[in-house]
Amino acid sequence: MSTLLEMRGITKTFPGVRALDNVTLTVEKGEIHAICGENGAGKSTLMKVLSGVYPHGSYEGEIIYDGAPLHLKGISDSEAKGIIIIHQELALVPLLSIAENMFLGHEVARNGVINWPRAFQQTEGWLKKVGLTEPPGAIVGKLGVGKQQLIEIAKALAKDVRLLILDEPTAALQENDSEKLLDLMLELKAQGVTQIIISHKLNEIAKVADRITVIRDGTSVSTMDKHEITEDRIIRDMVGRDMAHRYPERAHNPGAVLMEVANWSVWHPEQTGRQVIKDVSLTVRKGEIVGIAGLMGTGRTELAMSIFGKSYGKGHQGTVKMNGAVVDCSTVTRAINSGISYVTEDRKALGLILEEPIVRNTTLANLQGVSLRGILDKRRESRVAEDYRKQLAIRSPGVQQKVVNLSGGNQQKVVLSKWLFTDPQVLILDEPTRGIDVGAKFEIYTIMAELAEQGRAIVMISSEMPELLGMCDRIYVMNEGRIVGELSRAEASQEKIMGMILKGEGRAA
Amino acid sequence: MADISVDKTASAAKKELGSALGGRLRENGMLLALVAIVAFFTIVLKMDDKAFLVPANITNIFLQNGHIIILALGMLLVIVSGHIDLSVGSVAAFTGAVAAYLSVNLSMPFYLVIPLGLVVGGLIGAAQGYWVAYWRIPSFIVTLAGMMVFRGATLWLLGGQNIGPFDSGFQSLANGFVPDLFGVGRPNAFALFVVAIAIAVQFWVGFRARARDAEFGLAPEPMALFLGRTLIVAAGTAFVGYQLAYFRGLPDVMVVLVVLTLLYAFFTENTTTGRRIYAVGGNEKAAKLSGIRTDRLVFLCFVNMGVLAALAGMEVTARLNSATPKAGTGFELDAIASVFIGGASMTGGSGKIVGVVIGALIMGVMNMGMSIMGIGIEYQQMIKGLVLLIAVIFDVYNKSK
Repeated sequence: MSTLLEMRGITKTFPGVRALDNVTLTVEKGEIHAICGENGAGKSTLMKVLSGVYPHGSYEGEIIYDGAPLHLKGISDSEAKGIIIIHQELALVPLLSIAENMFLGHEVARNGVINWPRAFQQTEGWLKKVGLTEPPGAIVGKLGVGKQQLIEIAKALAKDVRLLILDEPTAALQENDSEKLLDLMLELKAQGVTQIIISHKLNEIAKVADRITVIRDGTSVSTMDKHEITEDRIIRDMVGRDMAHRYPERAHNPGAVLMEVANWSVWHPEQTGRQVIKDVSLTVRKGEIVGIAGLMGTGRTELAMSIFGKSYGKGHQGTVKMNGAVVDCSTVTRAINSGISYVTEDRKALGLILEEPIVRNTTLANLQGVSLRGILDKRRESRVAEDYRKQLAIRSPGVQQKVVNLSGGNQQKVVLSKWLFTDPQVLILDEPTRGIDVGAKFEIYTIMAELAEQGRAIVMISSEMPELLGMCDRIYVMNEGRIVGELSRAEASQEKIMGMILKGEGRAA
Repeated sequence: MADISVDKTASAAKKELGSALGGRLRENGMLLALVAIVAFFTIVLKMDDKAFLVPANITNIFLQNGHIIILALGMLLVIVSGHIDLSVGSVAAFTGAVAAYLSVNLSMPFYLVIPLGLVVGGLIGAAQGYWVAYWRIPSFIVTLAGMMVFRGATLWLLGGQNIGPFDSGFQSLANGFVPDLFGVGRPNAFALFVVAIAIAVQFWVGFRARARDAEFGLAPEPMALFLGRTLIVAAGTAFVGYQLAYFRGLPDVMVVLVVLTLLYAFFTENTTTGRRIYAVGGNEKAAKLSGIRTDRLVFLCFVNMGVLAALAGMEVTARLNSATPKAGTGFELDAIASVFIGGASMTGGSGKIVGVVIGALIMGVMNMGMSIMGIGIEYQQMIKGLVLLIAVIFDVYNKSK
């Protein structure tokens, strides 16, 4: 095997920060090379150097590509060389068709007039290669994220890709779509396309990668061959310490029943007659962490949001009891007053005001807690925010820092601060560790364990089964808007959960 | 990138200092721009043997631009909440016409006319806010419609004629002066007294804010910068006050403007409702999921805008001593321009009352200066347009750094 890409001694500094420090990366022709590292370790910066976002001259070190030094002036330069990067946030235009997206920027055209029949025909060919059967005229925005991801890859193939870079390609995908994508990667590898995958998910890396380079704090720590790869070693290299315990120790002795949801049914807000949540009943005890497992799109978020102030759906039926008494949680404020909090899965779009500082985000849901007759006490406000910043170890120079400048883990802690300040009895956490690196995940788990210790109840919605198994006292399994099973800590296993989902599907049909 | 710098505390601290300075740079820059513009006109007019900073002109800057400041205060809230109101010029004209009709045709006393006018404005604001807030019709569309509807309504009510003149009670809304309560007369001792207090308060508030910044762990502004700015503002206040005292004293309009400005500054920065409006503009969904009734706040912003438009409309009508079908044309653009010159964000969620008032004063000083210079209206428009563009470019450039 010969070398396709060699990056030597790459150092990139920004005013005041050394983002990359002497990074070395070697990618062989035809391999799938994984890059791992915590958020902020410098993976994205490295890929921006490689794809020409940071042009030659703005960094130190050299890049040898296909045996010759590579001097890129911009992205179009790197694309011309067959280096194509697919970003986490997909770069498709949602209102245009697949074919239009496919050739955006280099249309199949003569003198500016597009030859649509040919464009469609070619699109169809590329779609087939990635296993899609959608018509080329389909509007991209109406397809699922998984299919959009495949369209991005088809687009890359159409550009004659030689080195395909996928930045956390499965972050937004559910399990079976992820599987499909990984299979496609292996297929492309068989066809000789060299690939770089950036991922947090260790099981994926183990499945597709030939070699792994771990990056920590802007330097490349190690490169391993396939047979050397073990989860523990990757984690150790990523965080720079042994992570014997990925989940904090906690005593599993829940108290009295705190929240009871009975016969909860919700209908879709727009499509009349479509029932999204079907007769769900569940209980949560004091000091208990209860998991809700299930595939994405199965109604978990909708369940949580409908309970939290009817923030989702219409035609709500059923009751919510707290400490044995029926409570009114028909608006967000009433739900908060009943002692329920909901930490959304999409913290940037739904949880935070990114352009505002930590302090303003912290008090947003409980401004009356820092005011008297509608007048804010700013001194008290910043003291409150400062307390939570210390308690949850939010890493920032102060509470006046805008949250947009924080890393994912610290942003999540700000969201948690906001809800803790409402003093909730039940915290519903929707994908609390999504997009958070390994070290910060452990901190979030520790906070959850402490909250349970204080006697609060936690409902944890997650697509990552290992964390449900690691954290929960009890797990409900959801499918197609129904609870299809319940497993105690002792009974629960990944196989059992998957089994229930599959059987549940049979029953729902 | 950002997430790396956060973990390296030193560089992040530096960044925060930068952003804190950046935030003040905006305000300081605006203030300097205002001073520079005043200086420019003073010098240019001097060369022409005309005076600029004479008591009559200073009084007129406030009298003739009071309506822009009033509208801009309401417009800031609307823009912070993520919307826009294009109808304020027409609403001002219409409420002015209503006031004229009540006052002249029905001979109502001013103490009934003025509250009724404000109620009409509030109702119009409510009518528009209802569609924006509860039906989610884009505010651009709703208020564009309102702009046409209320212009038409003004024509209809006035029958194409002017209505006027008014009794002296209504006129005092625009032309009154605070009498010298100390009985000196000239200079107006009361005006001097008020100005002295205002300057003292400026220093007190400034130092208190500094102390609080330090307590909150905010990077303190360099002392020289702080003193420089406070001195400039104090000198400006003293000069204006001195001139006014030797003219006719404090104009009523100016008192109203100062009170409204302080009220809105306090409201936006120190009340829960004010804070929530920023949250709605910053991220409506997150605000909603935090228990904030976003619809109602947007609705109230429009009601407030309607009331202020009515106040501005009656003030202008009183000043001109007649309600005219063409009144208020272009007011909305002046108000919106002031808000953006004042540093508000186009997408909502940020902007300060102080900035907006300085923005409106810049517009006002330019209007007056260019008029005295005898610059044609065509060039005035072009210059004002370019100033707006430059101010926003300055903002965007600062943020991108």
